[in-house]
Amino acid sequence: MLIKKPDDVRPSEITPERGYLSRRTFLAAAGVAAAGVAVSGRIASAIGGPPGGRQAERPNTWEEITGYNNYYEFGTDKEDPAANSGKFRTRPWTVKVDGLVKKPADYHFEDLVKPYKLEDRVYRFRCVEAWSMVIPWQGIPLAEMVKRFEPLPSAKYVQFTTIYAPDQMPGQRERILPWPYVEGLRMDEATHPLTLMVTGLYGKTLPNQNGAPLRLIVPWKYGFKGIKAITRISFVDKQPANTWQIANPDEYGFYANVNPEVDHPRWTQASERRIGQFRRQKTLMFNGYADQVASLYAGMDLRKNF
Amino acid sequence: MRSRGRGRVGWGKIALFSLCLVPLAYIAWKFATDRLGANPIRELEIETGLWTLRLLAVTLAATPVRRTFGWNWITKYRRVLGLFTFFYASVHLSMWVGVDWFFAWGDMGEEIVKHKYILIGMTTWLIMVPLAITSTTGWVRRLGKRWTALHRLVYAAAITGTVHYLWAVKKDTFFPVVYLAVFAMLLAYRVIAARRRSHRASTPRSAASVAA
Repeated sequence: MLIKKPDDVRPSEITPERGYLSRRTFLAAAGVAAAGVAVSGRIASAIGGPPGGRQAERPNTWEEITGYNNYYEFGTDKEDPAANSGKFRTRPWTVKVDGLVKKPADYHFEDLVKPYKLEDRVYRFRCVEAWSMVIPWQGIPLAEMVKRFEPLPSAKYVQFTTIYAPDQMPGQRERILPWPYVEGLRMDEATHPLTLMVTGLYGKTLPNQNGAPLRLIVPWKYGFKGIKAITRISFVDKQPANTWQIANPDEYGFYANVNPEVDHPRWTQASERRIGQFRRQKTLMFNGYADQVASLYAGMDLRKNF
Repeated sequence: MRSRGRGRVGWGKIALFSLCLVPLAYIAWKFATDRLGANPIRELEIETGLWTLRLLAVTLAATPVRRTFGWNWITKYRRVLGLFTFFYASVHLSMWVGVDWFFAWGDMGEEIVKHKYILIGMTTWLIMVPLAITSTTGWVRRLGKRWTALHRLVYAAAITGTVHYLWAVKKDTFFPVVYLAVFAMLLAYRVIAARRRSHRASTPRSAASVAA
């Protein structure tokens, strides 16, 4: 029996990062534009890079992105995930898709991602702790995956669950948060073209400390919405719980849209420190993606739905 | 050990001075050699804040240690320890003002009003200011008994300082609680010791009244 394994070495992996950086950003922008993907010009510009008028937003370095992580399953210090996730097993990996869908199944990771072409997306990343980065992710728009599962009209929300593996995740042996980590999105948020299921970083396989093998990225929301090491995707009709809201409902909501107007009790949300830069900068509404996503929340009180 | 004449700095103090500067030198070295991780400004704040609490604990431990072991020589080092605590608190605050916020006074004002952990941190530093000012021998003499009363504020600073730490952390409150427990024990020691002393002081009188 011939089993085709995914290519272990991608061309980008043997390209020096420095050269790759400029070339890749160009290719990504060109690729998105040329492929004629069904996205508006506004989406394309959001993917290609942050809007003009601000200081040049260069992606953070590999070291910054992989050395400074909030991933409490591997410890609460920013350096813990890089230090403690080395032996985390991301293969074999199964993602259970269930709930209000026509095609519930347990998908092998390889089968789940095989039908799609990986896309490069340079996104701003804003942590609720008032620091931020610019990160060149690689992944699959969640909207395309969702199509394949054929959700029923009654499916209004998507809930995601992180793997529960206390033997491999030292943080899960402590009751810092209720485990396993869960997150959720409204269906229109989940299927928004900017929402990405991430499998790679800088064109390389996603490192464990960044949420390998599969994590969520919703660039207009605070980083904690980007659930890591996803092992289950459920389609439901009621707003699902999310871990930080369960842990501290006064401080964290379901929507968690980046909003400089609504302060967190601990951290200001009006400004942020871009990792690698000395001066703080103003935080933008919806993390600078307002043109693409503001309409999702038309008429909603964002102060109440924080 | 015999005490030396006033104005002269003994080897003990020089050693203590150097020792108290070691954490700062270590932090500075880590900063200079890029060992503070991806967000060094945040690390500078955390490290200088933690050393403030550690030195405060050492300062407050001086008296219990002196009484327990009879090490009376410790007394003359207490002021140095206290002033270094204030020094680290001031470095911590300077990091916030001059590095983190880069003198954006308006934004900092908002931070103080909006975020209670900032407010209580600022309060802690302000409590320490009069203690540092009145730490000189002249002020000790001038204030007399009131000096002791004033300097009890150091326990208020210990508590507000630790609450500042507790409120600043997101979820893992283990270490803030440890610091809180340490300060609670040090405070309990002083309360119990003071009560015993006042009890001893009042005993002869009550004995006399019984006799009469």
